[in-house]
Formats: sequence, C-alpha cells, structure tokens
Amino acid sequence: MTRALINAPKTARRGEIVEIRAMLAHPMETGFRTGTMGKAIPRDIINRFVCTWNGEEIFSADLFPAIAANPYLAFTAVATESGTIAFAWTGDDGETRTAETEITVT
Amino acid sequence: MTGRAPRLLVGLLAACLAGSSAPAGDMVDKRSGADFMSPENRAMQADDMSNPGMFAVLDGEQLWNRPEGANGRSCAGCHGEAATSMRGVAARYPAFDERSERPIDLAGRIGECRRTRQEASPLPHESPELIALTAYVAHQSRGMPISPPQDERLAPFRDNGRRLYERRIGQLDLSCASCHDARSGERLGGSVMPQGHPTAYPLYRLEWQAVGSLQRRLRNCMIGVRAEAFAFGAPEIVELELYLMERAAGLPLETPGVRP
Repeated sequence: MTRALINAPKTARRGEIVEIRAMLAHPMETGFRTGTMGKAIPRDIINRFVCTWNGEEIFSADLFPAIAANPYLAFTAVATESGTIAFAWTGDDGETRTAETEITVT
Repeated sequence: MTGRAPRLLVGLLAACLAGSSAPAGDMVDKRSGADFMSPENRAMQADDMSNPGMFAVLDGEQLWNRPEGANGRSCAGCHGEAATSMRGVAARYPAFDERSERPIDLAGRIGECRRTRQEASPLPHESPELIALTAYVAHQSRGMPISPPQDERLAPFRDNGRRLYERRIGQLDLSCASCHDARSGERLGGSVMPQGHPTAYPLYRLEWQAVGSLQRRLRNCMIGVRAEAFAFGAPEIVELELYLMERAAGLPLETPGVRP
C-alpha cells in the first residue's frame, strides 16, 4: 500500500506554473547501520522517482542512501492540459509504489 | 497614538495570564520547542503536506476505525468520530486512572482501553501502531491549550515528578532543570536547548527519522546524561510526564510536531 502525501493544485490556468510536492512514507534504510548483535541492516531505499503528466514524464530523480526517511520532492511544471499527474517510486525491493492526482487546466 | 493603548493592554493581559498560570516551573515566558527551531523546520511542521508526522496521524485514523480483539470492536465503535469525541482529550493527559490509582498517560490509556474494552493483544511501547493511535488522538487537540486536570489525587505524583525533574542524575550529574530551566535558549553543542515543554508529542524527530513518544525523548535525555533510563511505562516516567504537562500548562498542543 502506498502511503504518500501529494500536494498539487486541482485547477490551473493554461500556461501557469504549478508547484507539485510529493512525500512518500519510507524508512530509506541506508545499509550502513547495524541492528541487534551488530548485524548489518540491509539497504532498503527508494532509488527512482518519476512523475508523469498524462503519461509524459515531467520530472524524475535518482535517490541515494544519504536521502532522509520519507523522501520529499517539490518541483514545478507548466500546466498545459487537463488530466492525470501520476507518481511512481521504485525501491531496492523492486516494487513500484504509485499515486496519482487529477488536475483541470482551463 | 492609537496603537499604543491596545499594545499596553495586551502586555498587561499577558502579564496577568503569565502570573496566574505559572505554577510549577516558575517560568514567565513559556515557549514551545518549535520557537527554538530553524525557520525551515518550523515550515516543515506547519505544512501538513510536508510534515512526516502526518503519516502517523493518517495511520492512526485507519487503526481508529479498524475492529480489533475478541470483541470485534473498533475505537470508533464506542467513541465515534474522533474529531468530536477526542477533541481536547490529549490536553488533559496524563490523568488519574481509577483502576490502578495512579496517573496514566495517553498511550497508556489507549493500551488499557485496548486490553479491557477491545480484549485485544497489547501494543508494545513505541510500536508504530500505538504511536499512530496516540498521534491521531492527540492531533484532535491541536491548537488547544494544555490544561492539566485539577484532580488533587494527582498532586503527590506531580510533586514526585517535580522532584525527579530537579534531581541530578547520571555520570554528568545533571538534572532536567539544569538545562531546561537554568540554561534554556543556550546551546549544548550545536543545538539549542529548549524549555522542555512537551507540546507536540508524539512527534517526528529528524534525528530519529521517525515518530516517537515523550517517553522515548525523556529516555534519550537520561541516556545523554549517562544515567540509567527509566523503562518505558515505568511509574517514574509517567510522573515526569505529569509534571511536565503541568509545567507547560497553557501552551497550545502541536501534535504531530517536528523537532530536530
């Protein structure tokens, strides 16, 4: 189950610059820490984030172990057409967590 | 000229309020730990879309509505909408528990309710579920002033909490008061020492990269002065919480807070 907080406007004027913010609940375990009995805790991070607007990629990022838990990304885009803004976070576990939000451009 | 009289009035009012509500800590200018944070951290707490503590609140909302235990009842099954039934509750805790005849904190009360009413397996201290439920319940009181119950049965426990607060412990021989009363606002290493008011628990601590309880924070401090920390749920740690809430009376609750 994806636990994410998405903040993007519901409506925008054509040509307007909108800010999109996305935060995913994730421990971002670095792989450098040790747990009980000094055993290394295996690395488990989100390593790739992609945001698409109606299927077209508008922003992506590679993430690394130094990024804190619950990675938070904020970026801007120019509103061109109504549709779906989709978010995908891919982790070391190979799983992709997704979320999406609708926007109406007038 | 026009601005002067109201300002004077506000000043007087503030002085009166401070005079009447400064019982325990002898502290006139009470400030939340948030006031000592960087603007960036304050902004992180202020915006629910960037406050990672909100994940715990959202998880708590789901747990609130989920049936548990032999009775198959959810929290909502008895208490209904938390937004109304739990409003102001966290501002009054720790409260006196009739059964154990001791003070009990909010997480303790949730655990008790789970054990006796839901007949469900207990949630361990600091488990994500217990933290989430506590955060969800405390979140309903956000913005409300901390108002400890005027229950005289609590007085001896509160006094003991105050003694613990003022007692020097550990290899560093420091009491809570040594830093949080005498030197608040000054620095310990790189970080500012706040006044130690528990206004935002459970809170997201950047150092923990997780949401944790006041008990976890208190244990951190005890380990920091190289003392043997009280166990989670120990009577002493609840008494300390009780005194700290009395000391913070009047400050608004911020749950879920963000702290460095």
